[in-house]
Amino acid sequence: MQIFHRSTNTLSRATIFGAVFVIAALFWAMAQIQRSPYVTYAGVAKPQPVPFSHQHHVTGLGIDCRYCHTSVETSSFAGIPPTKTCMNCHSQIWTNAALLEPVRESYRSDKSLQWTRVNQLPDFVYFNHSIHINKGVGCNTCHGPVDKMPLMYQFASLQMEWCLECHRAPEKFIRPREQVFNMRYEQPTSNKVVTVGDAKFEDQIALGRALIKKYNVRPPMDITTCSTCHR
Amino acid sequence: MMKDEQQIKSQGQDVCPGKKSQLKLEDVRAEIEKTSGPQYWRSLEELAGTPEFQEMLHREFPKGASEWLDSVSRRGFLRLMGASMALAGMTGCTKLPLEPIVPYVRQPEEVVPGRPMFYATAMTLSGYASPLLVESHLGRPTKVEGNPEHPASLGGTDVFAQASLLDLYDPDRSQTVTHLGDIRSWDRFVDGIRGPLTAQKALSGAGIRILTPTISSPTLAAQIKSLLSAYPQAKWHVYEPINRDNVIAGSQMAFGQPVETQYRLEGANVILSLDADFLYGGFPGATRYIRDYANRRNPDANINRLYVVESTPSATGVKAEHRLPLRASEIEGFAHALAGMVGVNAGGATLEGEQQKFLAGVAKDLQGNRGASVVMAGDHQSAAVHALAHAINAALGNVGKTVVYTDTVDANPVNQTESLRELVSDMHGGKVDLLLILSGNPAYDAPVDIGFADALEKTNVGMRVHVGLHNTETAALCHWHINEAHYLEAWGDTRAYDGSVCIVQPLIQPLYAGRSALEVVAFLGGQANANGYELVRGYWQKQHTAGDFDSFWRKSVHDGFVAGTAFAPKNVAMKGGNVPATNVEPGDIEINFRRDPSIYDGRFANNGWLQELPKPLTKLTWDNAALIGPAMADRLKLKTEDMVELDVRGRKVQSPIWIQAGHPDKSITVFLGYGRTRSGRAGSEVGFDMYRARTTTGLWFTNGVQIRKLGDTYKLASTQGYQTMETPTGERPLVQAATLEKYRDEPKFAKEGEPPTALTLYQPYDYKKEAYAWGMAIDMNRCTGCNNCIVACQAENNIAVVGKEQVVKGRHMHWLRVDVYYEGDRANPSAHFQPVPCMQCENAPCEVVCPVGATVHSTEGLNDMVYNRCIGTRYCSNNCPYKVRRFNFLLFQDWETPQYKMMRNPDVSIRSRGVMEKCTYCIQRINEHRIDAERADTLVKDGTLQTACQQSCPAEAIIFGNINDPNSKVSKLKSLDRNYSLLGELNTRPRTTYLAEIRNPNPEAEG
Amino acid sequence: MAERDDALGRSAPVIEPGHTFATVTDKISSIVLTRPTSRGWFLGFGVAFALTMMMLFAISYLVVKGTGIWGINIPIGWGFAIVNFVWWIGIGHAGTLISAILLLLRQSWRNSINRFAEAMTLFAVAAAGIFPLIHTGRPWLAYWMFPYPNTMGYWPQFRSPLIWDVFAVSTYFTISLVFWFIGLVPDLATLRDRSENRFAKIIYGMLALGWRGSARHWHRYETAYLLLGGLATPLVLSVHTVVSFDFAIAIVPGWHTTIFPPYFVAGAIYSGFAMVMMLAIPIRKVYNLEDFITDRHLQNSAKVMLATGWIVAYGYGMEAFMGWYSGSSSDQFLLWNRLHGPYAPWYFALLICNIGIPQLLAFRKMRTSPLGLFLISLVVLVGMWLERFIIVVVSLHRDFLTSSWGMYYPTKWDWMTYIGTIGMFLAAIFLFVRILPMISIFEMRTLLPEAEVKE
Repeated sequence: MQIFHRSTNTLSRATIFGAVFVIAALFWAMAQIQRSPYVTYAGVAKPQPVPFSHQHHVTGLGIDCRYCHTSVETSSFAGIPPTKTCMNCHSQIWTNAALLEPVRESYRSDKSLQWTRVNQLPDFVYFNHSIHINKGVGCNTCHGPVDKMPLMYQFASLQMEWCLECHRAPEKFIRPREQVFNMRYEQPTSNKVVTVGDAKFEDQIALGRALIKKYNVRPPMDITTCSTCHR
Repeated sequence: MMKDEQQIKSQGQDVCPGKKSQLKLEDVRAEIEKTSGPQYWRSLEELAGTPEFQEMLHREFPKGASEWLDSVSRRGFLRLMGASMALAGMTGCTKLPLEPIVPYVRQPEEVVPGRPMFYATAMTLSGYASPLLVESHLGRPTKVEGNPEHPASLGGTDVFAQASLLDLYDPDRSQTVTHLGDIRSWDRFVDGIRGPLTAQKALSGAGIRILTPTISSPTLAAQIKSLLSAYPQAKWHVYEPINRDNVIAGSQMAFGQPVETQYRLEGANVILSLDADFLYGGFPGATRYIRDYANRRNPDANINRLYVVESTPSATGVKAEHRLPLRASEIEGFAHALAGMVGVNAGGATLEGEQQKFLAGVAKDLQGNRGASVVMAGDHQSAAVHALAHAINAALGNVGKTVVYTDTVDANPVNQTESLRELVSDMHGGKVDLLLILSGNPAYDAPVDIGFADALEKTNVGMRVHVGLHNTETAALCHWHINEAHYLEAWGDTRAYDGSVCIVQPLIQPLYAGRSALEVVAFLGGQANANGYELVRGYWQKQHTAGDFDSFWRKSVHDGFVAGTAFAPKNVAMKGGNVPATNVEPGDIEINFRRDPSIYDGRFANNGWLQELPKPLTKLTWDNAALIGPAMADRLKLKTEDMVELDVRGRKVQSPIWIQAGHPDKSITVFLGYGRTRSGRAGSEVGFDMYRARTTTGLWFTNGVQIRKLGDTYKLASTQGYQTMETPTGERPLVQAATLEKYRDEPKFAKEGEPPTALTLYQPYDYKKEAYAWGMAIDMNRCTGCNNCIVACQAENNIAVVGKEQVVKGRHMHWLRVDVYYEGDRANPSAHFQPVPCMQCENAPCEVVCPVGATVHSTEGLNDMVYNRCIGTRYCSNNCPYKVRRFNFLLFQDWETPQYKMMRNPDVSIRSRGVMEKCTYCIQRINEHRIDAERADTLVKDGTLQTACQQSCPAEAIIFGNINDPNSKVSKLKSLDRNYSLLGELNTRPRTTYLAEIRNPNPEAEG
Repeated sequence: MAERDDALGRSAPVIEPGHTFATVTDKISSIVLTRPTSRGWFLGFGVAFALTMMMLFAISYLVVKGTGIWGINIPIGWGFAIVNFVWWIGIGHAGTLISAILLLLRQSWRNSINRFAEAMTLFAVAAAGIFPLIHTGRPWLAYWMFPYPNTMGYWPQFRSPLIWDVFAVSTYFTISLVFWFIGLVPDLATLRDRSENRFAKIIYGMLALGWRGSARHWHRYETAYLLLGGLATPLVLSVHTVVSFDFAIAIVPGWHTTIFPPYFVAGAIYSGFAMVMMLAIPIRKVYNLEDFITDRHLQNSAKVMLATGWIVAYGYGMEAFMGWYSGSSSDQFLLWNRLHGPYAPWYFALLICNIGIPQLLAFRKMRTSPLGLFLISLVVLVGMWLERFIIVVVSLHRDFLTSSWGMYYPTKWDWMTYIGTIGMFLAAIFLFVRILPMISIFEMRTLLPEAEVKE
């Protein structure tokens, strides 16, 4: 007498081999989720007390990054502008725009505005803005096209593998210091030459190598030691 | 400008760099409000003596002590799982929660978020100031360092100053004004005291008594005086348990007036200490003396020689070339004999054998170094010994050269014991209506025979007011308790041992709206709502009549001290005439009462850093024990940890025994400050209260002690159980030491057993090509075992306190420890200190065995430890021959208490449960300086980058720097013959190396 | 033939005479299918299961509180967890040795014990596998020890013996599992065909993978089994060699020894066979299988134990000798410390258990007395556990810096976890003997006279 239907044969074969693919798929999915905006917040605008538009202030009004992020060249922390900075202008213009009420309120009551941090690293990562600026890493290399962001969002995944992309091969990203704050800067190509001093460069790698020498950026071996970022 | 800074501090709304912790002072205050409830109830229970409290009394580990680790059970299962998930979050595979970021409203100019600021201030201990620079991260003081500009510090500090930071953030500090234990507002106190004050006005203050500790603050002294002038009949009493009555009496005896004695050790070839522990914090000027002593320890230059006669083994005794253990009462005899030999004060008795040989050697040595020698007497030695020391120094022509006399730092140098006795008799006499106790804790630490606590409780003093940081035993017996402001919260001034005035500048607004003693006194003096800043500034405005005051004031505040206020040396004539021998009737067993090396007189009992700080010789933590010598132990069949009852002339106390090699026979040493009942989660019911046996007759030592074995034992938590390099299979050369002669014959003696550099199968990494190769040299000739480095490291690197139970299990977390090794005869051994941080081995055994690569080598030769990568196999620790790695066996860090959140160094990760940690050479400091240098396109300048331990070391025994720079200080030291690596034969190539210890004994004094 | 057997002491047959294909099949399959489950079984299983629950409780508490609930500290970073790990792994060696190596050596006597020896191996390795995981400070991150493409762009550290362990142990477990299962297939088919209960039929049927016993099946089966045998053989040596590297690679005095690999493997087989004895003797009694597991089997196992015991003894000797001969003060001290230190009693107990008592096996009388063998096996298992304790704890507690010496006191949680794993192991064994043929039916049949090919 027969316990199993004939189809069982096919079924069993299918399961035996299928299992392999199912497991593989599972791993793949997990890897994807880990890198997805859902986890990293990349490209996600976070709720803010005031819908501040970098696009308007940078592109529209042409305000330099450093006007608000004052300590970016001198400190690990770029600095979030105190209410005072906002009021420098907004005590003159849009003085009674409803949108700006929280700002005025903060200024009146001497209570800080509570923004939501956009670019957020885990507590065990110690990032220093000043040194990156100093070695020719452009703002938008990490922060993306801030000048085109009506609402600010985190541009990169900010995961370790992403940091290492540059720390393992800085030449791919470094630009001349004077271009660091230039939101419109593009990497050199055959039809777009970048000049440093009297040298002209037609491709990034060459430029990068030259700048690494010029700014004596420490070699990848050095800047990938753990204590560079972890303490 | 200073006011601006106050502004900043007051705002304290900070965007913390790397968003470590956003803390608003207000929020913290709010949170603290919430927590203050239960603590307040707890104190009531204590008064009521509820069963729970009784039970707590009898537990070996009171709730307080276990608090540190039981945090887990308090949090409960779910929240802990939450924490674990958060840890898992470190992998980056769970998403981070949204985080607020809070900018200033108006950002002060000088504030650069992400860069700390340093402010000069000073801490006062028993009247003597430690000049300090305090690091502040956006309004939160995070690290105390010595003020390099000030001669009393030169960058060094003592353990108490280092640990005072934790006191500021102590969650058990008293947080409100209380009346009979109920929370009251300051205004209610104002109303409460108005009546009594007006009443006293009529009596011109006949009923007013003020009891203060030793006061050196010019402003406070002036305030008290003005208060006394307002109430002419009022009296000012002074009492400190660790007082200098004998010193004063001694100088009275010698010169007929109280003087301060300062020593100039850099000029001394020969130093004789008569029971003076001048190389450990708590001795006035110790920080400076350690530096001067250390500067004379270079065996290639003119090395000095130290003789120590002492009644209990001390850090100073360890450093001595020749050490003579004598019972405290015998030291006066020795001093007489010595005086006789140097030709003053005839009629000194003679000694026998050992002692005589020692005496002869010292005498000859001293006379051979007239004008270049010092004789010091310990505070707890009799007035006669001090007088004799003065006489001997005079006879040796040291006065004006190595010994200098000045006015006293103490603004009111009275005999404090008598002062207190007088106060008590007045209280019994019903003469006291209004008693103001300005800090201090006499109800706990006054000599028992004076019976201060009883007087406070029984006598009908109309109004008793206590001002203090903690709601102490004394506060419990007062009507009113006023929460005092910590010195980092309030303005003030004080004097260093050399008399120079230090300005005490607050770094943060009072966390609990506390008031400084200065403000309270000023208020009583009639200045309503007087504020400290105005008072201090006002006082100095009066003093500084000539010239522009503002620039003077700004400079003084900025520098932290008022230039030119150091006392001028003063010429005092010896009264002449023999110093009478105080006749002590011979008793069999003697007892010494000493301040505790860690918690001083008990005021630091609730300071976890100090409680867990291993005491210099016993390495004991969280307890005090009765120290006895080996011979005595054998006679009485006592073992370490045996409980005994000490009967000190009818006053009985119990204590565990600790057998201390080198302790004089027929003598017991006990340490004060333990057994507190109202100290807080760390200090309450920890150790044994020895004040209960301390009387005015035997303030420092007395005889006629009965010792009785109780039969039971008591677990003591020592961090170093085995204290010798001797093993049954031979001695291990861990500390390399030699006499000066041996060193001269064989300069490289320390280097034997070090393998050649080329001894490796692998291609070694070429560190020479790097800009930096960090290294450290520790000069064991300079190290005096003062323990500063340990506390400094703990503060700088957010190191957790684990509690007694865990220390007993061998799980203390100190990244840097100071090992002590004894050699030779246990009755009087020689000993060595050896600070042991991570060796940062170039061939690090820990690295190859870590499965996840959580500890790896940096190109600058550092052995990086990446906490967030660690999964906690503990393999690295097993494989570390130096055992410098520390593991978070449980959740040791307190993640909850808001005060601690404010205290922590934002540049260092807080390690959580299950990860390994260890010394990093202060990588956060290295990175900061390297980055600054790189921005300026230069290299880090030698000496500007200091590790926390190096910075705090008063002896400059720890030198850190770039060994790729041949001119750096560390390279120079490493090139010396004395330089050797610990366990060099293992070929680990440690970056931390040691300079062998060279002793300079006197052949004629050899026993 | 007969007298040669005698001379070699193989007089006892590997299967008692008078058996036929039918009787063999009946006897073995009946244990699973028809024989009613005894009260004794329920009792035994109940106890074992309770102990397993105790272990789970201990482990959950560990996850909540942290490894601090154990006796470990600095300097003794490894305690019971690693001791037990090595002990269990060692025990897990007999199975593969018997089934694979003896298969290749055509040792037909293995046929009656290989099945449950392999099962025993699997359960032992499973018990061992728990410890490396839970002994870490943050078990929930233990997966970092596996190389997988991660967002950290960072790989495990392949120089660490612990990583080698991960691979060695997991490979060993997988291969053993497959090997065991393949061996089971024909018997599962037998059970499928013989069981009346439909549910059982379906379960066994699924596991039998449609085995029909056709010539093609048998042909492929033989090939596969032989290949796996070849594959498993080197593992017997590799696994414990790698485990021994955990110690040999380190610089701790008492660990840093080249002799570790061989003497770990020997020790493993030593304890492995001891465990086989411990199980075989009661089982053959309870299920009266004396016909199949004969004195011959006991004797051979005893001989293997005796031999490996000597190798282990030699290992101890060399350790002591090198300690003295090395001239290194720390090694010399280690030797002194083992003999006179606070843990000296443990060391002497170890010598007695592993070297002293087992010498009784030299007497045939002892080798043929089940009770005697049982007791000696017990002693050996204790001894081997002590050996690991001495190696792990006593080496660590006093190493280079005298200032950092310490003591190790196991806590109740250490004991609960250890005893718990024994419970888990036994529970698995109980289930195994109840639901699977504990002796390979078809392989037993090959031992019968009928199986001899007649030309």
